[in-house]
Amino acid sequence: MKGVPLLPDTASTFAEQMDALFWFLVAVTVFFTVLIAALVLYFAYRYRRGSNASRAGAKETDLRLEIGWSLIPLTVGLIVFVWAVKLYANIYGPPPENALEIFVVGKQWMWHTQHPNGIRENNELHIPAGRPVKLTLISQDVIHSFFVPAFRIKRDVLPGRYNTVWFTPTKPGKYHLFCAEYCGTQHSRMIGWVYVMEPAEYEKWLASGGEARPGAIASGVGTMAGVSTASLVEAGKQLYTQLRCNACHGTADGPRGPTHYGLFGKKVKLRDGTVVVADEAYIRESILRPLAKVVDGYEPIMPSYEGLLNEERVLQLVAYIKSLKKNPQVAEVKP
Amino acid sequence: MVQEQAPQKLSIQFEDLHQQNESYIVGMWTFLVTEIMFFGAVFATYLVYRVVNQEAFWQAHRHLSVPLGFFNTCVLLTSSLTMALTVHYSQHGLRKQQLLFLLATMALAMTFLVVKGFEYHHKFVEGLVPGPNFHFEPAEYTRVAQLFFSLYFAMTGLHALHVAIGVLVMGVLAVLIAIRHPSVQDFIPVELVGLYWHFVDIVWIFLFPLLYLIPR
Amino acid sequence: MSVTVARPGEVRHNYLNAGDTVRSWLLTTDHKRIAVLYLVSVTFFFMIGGLLAALIRLELLTPQGDLLTSENYNRVFTMHGVVMIFLFLIPVIPAVLGNFLVPLMVGARDLAFPRLNLASWYLYMAGGLIATWAMVTGGVDTGWTFYPPYSSSYSTSQVTLTIIGAFIIGFSSIATGINFIVTVHKMRAPGLTWFRLPLFIWAHYATSVIIVLGTPVVAITLLLVVVERVFRLGIFDPALGGDPILFQHLFWFYSHPAVYIMILPAMGVISEVVACFSRKRVFGYHFVAFSSVAIAVIGFLVWGHHMFTTGQSVYAGMAFSLLSFLVAVPSAVKVFNWTATMYKGTIDLRAPMLYVMGFLGLFVIGGLTGLFLAALATDVHLQDTYFVVAHFHYIMVGGTIFGYLAGLHFWWPKMTGRMYPEGIAKLAALIIFAGFNFTFLPQFVLGYLGMPRRYHWYPEEWQMLHVMSSAGAFLLGIGYLLPMLYLLWSLRNGALAGPNPWGATGLEWKTDSPPITHNFEETPIVTEEPYAYENHHEHEEVASGTGASTTET
Repeated sequence: MKGVPLLPDTASTFAEQMDALFWFLVAVTVFFTVLIAALVLYFAYRYRRGSNASRAGAKETDLRLEIGWSLIPLTVGLIVFVWAVKLYANIYGPPPENALEIFVVGKQWMWHTQHPNGIRENNELHIPAGRPVKLTLISQDVIHSFFVPAFRIKRDVLPGRYNTVWFTPTKPGKYHLFCAEYCGTQHSRMIGWVYVMEPAEYEKWLASGGEARPGAIASGVGTMAGVSTASLVEAGKQLYTQLRCNACHGTADGPRGPTHYGLFGKKVKLRDGTVVVADEAYIRESILRPLAKVVDGYEPIMPSYEGLLNEERVLQLVAYIKSLKKNPQVAEVKP
Repeated sequence: MVQEQAPQKLSIQFEDLHQQNESYIVGMWTFLVTEIMFFGAVFATYLVYRVVNQEAFWQAHRHLSVPLGFFNTCVLLTSSLTMALTVHYSQHGLRKQQLLFLLATMALAMTFLVVKGFEYHHKFVEGLVPGPNFHFEPAEYTRVAQLFFSLYFAMTGLHALHVAIGVLVMGVLAVLIAIRHPSVQDFIPVELVGLYWHFVDIVWIFLFPLLYLIPR
Repeated sequence: MSVTVARPGEVRHNYLNAGDTVRSWLLTTDHKRIAVLYLVSVTFFFMIGGLLAALIRLELLTPQGDLLTSENYNRVFTMHGVVMIFLFLIPVIPAVLGNFLVPLMVGARDLAFPRLNLASWYLYMAGGLIATWAMVTGGVDTGWTFYPPYSSSYSTSQVTLTIIGAFIIGFSSIATGINFIVTVHKMRAPGLTWFRLPLFIWAHYATSVIIVLGTPVVAITLLLVVVERVFRLGIFDPALGGDPILFQHLFWFYSHPAVYIMILPAMGVISEVVACFSRKRVFGYHFVAFSSVAIAVIGFLVWGHHMFTTGQSVYAGMAFSLLSFLVAVPSAVKVFNWTATMYKGTIDLRAPMLYVMGFLGLFVIGGLTGLFLAALATDVHLQDTYFVVAHFHYIMVGGTIFGYLAGLHFWWPKMTGRMYPEGIAKLAALIIFAGFNFTFLPQFVLGYLGMPRRYHWYPEEWQMLHVMSSAGAFLLGIGYLLPMLYLLWSLRNGALAGPNPWGATGLEWKTDSPPITHNFEETPIVTEEPYAYENHHEHEEVASGTGASTTET
């Protein structure tokens, strides 16, 4: 037990911005609480029964006062509203181009994180300071919520749907990771650590496949860095071949299925005439429930992979399909 | 034959009959508002999924029988008419006509339930009842079709429950009228049941196009 | 004591001595007796909920979770929420004080539908006992919010039984709501126009509108969870084709307004008490009245602020956030008006008035910390942390329970004919106020630090704050016990109250204490504005808390 902490760590650019708003709100709260408390206590004393304070001129209502004390909270509210919207739209909006992309799978009661180079961690996440990080999150079962207080970020992790959030860590250190949405018996043990490292150390950590961890303290509950050698795209490619996806989806549109080369981000016309953008959610749905959105000109013949692939595997496939660029010649990924 | 109006019974909490009658009417309307919200929540659920799954819902809805649904719509509309006549004759104190049209309304309501029963039976035979035996062609829509039929059974089941309750209440009312029970000497009980019954009809007027008449 | 016919000069008949058999209580249609039935029942469930809270605070004294298993801890906090919200906070003021006072205040002999009123109590008891049965036979571990897919597909606890209990209690609420709406519309005494109604009635009217519009939605939504759970229909579970976020929309469409179901009646109590003990008309009567209606209306449009982190679109988030700031305005208007009522009043610091002052302090803190959660960016950090827990306890406990205790003390002489002991009542008010703040202020800090709610284990650096909170809860518990004891004591030993011990305005004070069975000897006629305290210059005997009253009849 080390005394009474009052302030959380501040370790992301968003944390600094949010704290400014937070302390403004604290000031507002203290001001109005003290104001009302002071008035109530003063009136209770000054106009106590038996006091000889003058009661002359007491009013029953006053329109100017009513309008005034309607407009004051409204104005304060609107200032806070605009201030907060800007920050919110930023963190849940599109991340910067150079963001490091990390995939997170939540399941009862564990966090799996996957780095682009294939390093997988359980209940831990290593990231470099100073570079934006984009998280793509999905749940294997019930609703969870990815919460790092030091970064002031939180995002619900839903089954069946990708959510994203991004942030830029600023200060190297070891920070709490919590599940914030109640998810069952071991909810309070669905916790872990986020390690923010100096970029050079992070490079070393990457190169060593996640072994060289500065200050790698056994962090208590159920943490084991599971490290695979293959990169995310590489793992996806293996899986792609293993599942024989390429039998129907060739380097160009074939009779049985459209090509995946250059698919990501493209607009796709469906059988029912609607047009959708091929994003991560679309690719995921088409793997698990291929008949939900059938591309125009094709028969609904693809089998479903629901129940055969867990969300981590799906993420690998999605990463691989995303990596397939327009021209198959240059699209070959280096291992 | 015009019956002699017996004096209404005034409950202790009311000042006069006028206040008592109005209170019952306002109470019934307030109750119907809660009913609207009750059905409204399921309707909203249905509409959300319907917008998201246009094609699949269209495919699924083809397994519903529009003729039977239309027939039932006519049955309920007619029952609203007979119910309105019941209220009319009740206000004029015509006991026989009142009883006649009340029984007609009950008969129509039971017709509705019987037809609905046939429809349910048909779904059961076709394997369209959600659960492990659910079977749907084209298979690509199985998942959403199951959702459609889940909502179909939830919504029409809830409505049928209301119809059944209506039949029971009308039955009690008919017996009371037949034995000239003092509590039905005035028209207020009939009026209240009438309000309820029109509400049940209106719900079906929304259910029928929502479920049976989906445009592609 | 079973004198039912009044003889001049003898023991007056009243609703309490109108019959003393169990049957005369269980089959009563007298709104006042039903209010007493509710008083006993909600107190019983409050004690269960309070014991569960005590278990939570005991467990959180240490970070390791060593008192209960995780399974049991999750059941304990879930049932604390279910019992306190559905069985205590939602019914407490409408079903006890509202039931007792609405007919008295509008000058009616009873509610419009007395038998429906009795049925509502039976529904409440049936639902409550089913929920209790669920608790005894394994409990439920989903959190009181019943979020699917956990509740529908994963939890192995008594979800179905608990939801059926909550569903039945919902209908008990609806019955009360319908009764109040019709009574206020149709049964006001001659001369009692809408703008002569006590603000307590305005608040209960607004509450009833919310009950009637909101409760059916949550009822059907919870029923759909049961249907999904039992029949495996896919409505909310994505693995079966449903959408769990849709559940949250439907759930909060009711459950956010439910907060106003809890707080609006308390606000009604505050208006009555602050006017009486300031001996002054409520400042800005029309604004206070309409702010209740505004809260009821806007309150239905803010539900999405519970879902800022779920992935709903930024634009939806903006709309819900903006509306949440708007709904704060009428609440602020009320607080300012109550404060202004005290200005140049003649203030008598009786126990109910102390609760009013406590209410004002706690409600201001609860309301302002709501701004942190209505603001999109800060909500991202604070959502699902102890900050939220502290915030809603300030509103629900600091608001609803303080309002309830203010009202219970204020109308206790009317309900029982006896005064409560003033000195110890003031002491209890101070202990509850202090205990409450010790319990929940540290939780704001915990939330800002990042402590998620519903955590059985927590990092040990936060232990000191949890110990402070638990110590406060102990004090709070003692505070709650005191009124239970001295109010019971006062039933036999309290000074006789007389019809109007506070010299208050309002029709309920114009009849006996306790009132006769049908409230008034003859229907009162209202000729003056509400809170006309300038016409009531304490010409009536103000009973002292300890001395014997001279108004014995």
